[in-house]
Amino acid sequence: MNFNFTEENLAKIEALKMRYPDPAALSLPCLWMVQYQEGYISLDAIDEISRRIGTPAMEIYRVATFYTMFHLEPQKKMNVQVCKTLSCKLCGSDEILEHLEGKDVNIVHVECLGSCGTAPVMQIDDVNYEELTPEKVDSILKELT
Amino acid sequence: MRECQIVSRKFELENSHTLEVVKAHGGYETLEKLKSHSPEEIIQMVTDANLRGKGGGGAPAGDKWKLMPQNSDKPSFLAVNCDESEPGTFKDRQIITKDPHLLIEGILITCYAIKAKHAYIYIRGEYYAYQKILQSAIDEAYEAGLLAECDITIHRGAGAYICGEKSALLESMEGKRGHPRLKPKQKEPEWYFGNPTLVNNVETIATVPFIVEHGADAYKAYGTEKSPGTLLFALSGHVEKPGVYEAEFGTPMMEYINHYGGGIKKGKKLKALIPGGVSCGVLNAQEVENLTLDYEALRAVGSSLGTGGMIVMDEDTCMVTALKNILEFYHEESCGQCTPCREGTGWVDKLVGRILDKRGTKEDIDKLLEVADTMNGKTICVFAPAVSTVIVSFIKRFRDEFEGAL
Ligand SMILES: Cc1cc2nc3c(=O)[nH]c(=O)nc-3n(C[C@H](O)[C@H](O)[C@H](O)COP(=O)(O)O)c2cc1C
Ligand code: SF4
Ligand code: FES
Repeated sequence: MNFNFTEENLAKIEALKMRYPDPAALSLPCLWMVQYQEGYISLDAIDEISRRIGTPAMEIYRVATFYTMFHLEPQKKMNVQVCKTLSCKLCGSDEILEHLEGKDVNIVHVECLGSCGTAPVMQIDDVNYEELTPEKVDSILKELT
Repeated sequence: MRECQIVSRKFELENSHTLEVVKAHGGYETLEKLKSHSPEEIIQMVTDANLRGKGGGGAPAGDKWKLMPQNSDKPSFLAVNCDESEPGTFKDRQIITKDPHLLIEGILITCYAIKAKHAYIYIRGEYYAYQKILQSAIDEAYEAGLLAECDITIHRGAGAYICGEKSALLESMEGKRGHPRLKPKQKEPEWYFGNPTLVNNVETIATVPFIVEHGADAYKAYGTEKSPGTLLFALSGHVEKPGVYEAEFGTPMMEYINHYGGGIKKGKKLKALIPGGVSCGVLNAQEVENLTLDYEALRAVGSSLGTGGMIVMDEDTCMVTALKNILEFYHEESCGQCTPCREGTGWVDKLVGRILDKRGTKEDIDKLLEVADTMNGKTICVFAPAVSTVIVSFIKRFRDEFEGAL
């Protein structure tokens, strides 16, 4: 399967090249574009990024595997990312995790989401859901599916 | 307790993130008189104000600004650190969502002072919703012609705590893995693609407009002699009203917790507190009673002020569980370059796990301290030494709990 950037993304890449001293800086922005375009980052996409910015594909692969938010496989279920770090733990993240158990979602344990003051929290598709209770989790999931 | 709002002044206004509201409340006014000062004068003001970096280290900002070359054939850059991944910290988020124009104004002043034509804001990947608010403020500033002499570009991270470390941040901005760089022997700027670069925290930069507008003395009127000014301290964990509240350095800790946080949740007793993100040593209740919120006071008890994001733990908290939780975080986030850190974080996590599961022995506690010792001071960045400090602080103050769990 070949990968091609959309016209819109190609234009974005060209515009971004003007904003950095070196096109190598574009690896993260390009990986993000691929992930939003396709839902995950395929090896073909990595080759295409390599062609566009002149960084070896192996290096882009190394980068893609370093950062936890990049998916290198298609995502089958909705990712529910629950913060399990200290402030959330103190405020009941265990209860939220337990409550999610058995539901038709992919539960991902993540580290502090920067919402410690409104703990416990989870993130789904770039949106933080704060001050969670089991009931609140149910209504959020119902809304999203 | 004296109310002080240097950075948070406009936070409560309706639509405070828009140019229109900000302009109606004095936003960008410093830019008009900026050019009547030379770049050197601005740097001197920041130095005189003794502005200390608000990203965790508390390094004097003026000293760092002075390292930037004033006449160089290479372009200079500003990198604003909005990685904000230190657990317990959620203050920069308030700035970029509630007063993003204050940050932009600070960036413009800073870039004028260090002669940079382009600033990057490195923002953690998980803050995408907030990034959009910040981007719309930048777009507004472009439209209003405010960014004619200086560009601002947001660079989004993708989930790696270590990218908050300044050299790792620059590696990441260069398109690489976020691996911290070896520290140079002499004082020098940071480097972005070989160009001199200044890295400062969001809140540090957002403080600059106040100093330029009101002068260094006005800033020093707040806080203590060595820690002047204010900080967006924050409360999370077992408090009635968690949140971010600006206060001056030197404020008694307990007073802050009671005044802004409404005291410990459900009227329980305080047991322990981590003062500024999990990388700072834990304190017991008695220490908290006697401490003030400034760099010097916390250093004196072997902890640090960090980001000022306090995590409060009540009398029912199990300290072994708390330490285990923190060590899991470190184990997950070590970048893996240095052996003591890569191996050590896994090892200490396992040891505390064993104690928590009631399978530990007395030797495990000693072993824990021994491994912690190997992690201190033998690594590229201070991540591993921080882990070491945290472990020692827990065992030192709550040893009986660890022994009781054996
Ligand atoms: C492991 C580690 C993580 C860090 N994370 C952050 C962070 O998320 N945000 C931040 O501003 N500084 C962070 N720092 C501090 C930066 O290295 C740097 O000192 C700071 O951004 C400089 O800005 P300041 O002087 O204005 O505080 C971190 C440091 C270390 C060692
Ligand atoms: S101390 Fe840890 S986080 Fe820092 S460079 Fe070494 S391995 Fe990476
Ligand atoms: S600890 Fe969960 S958001 Fe910070």
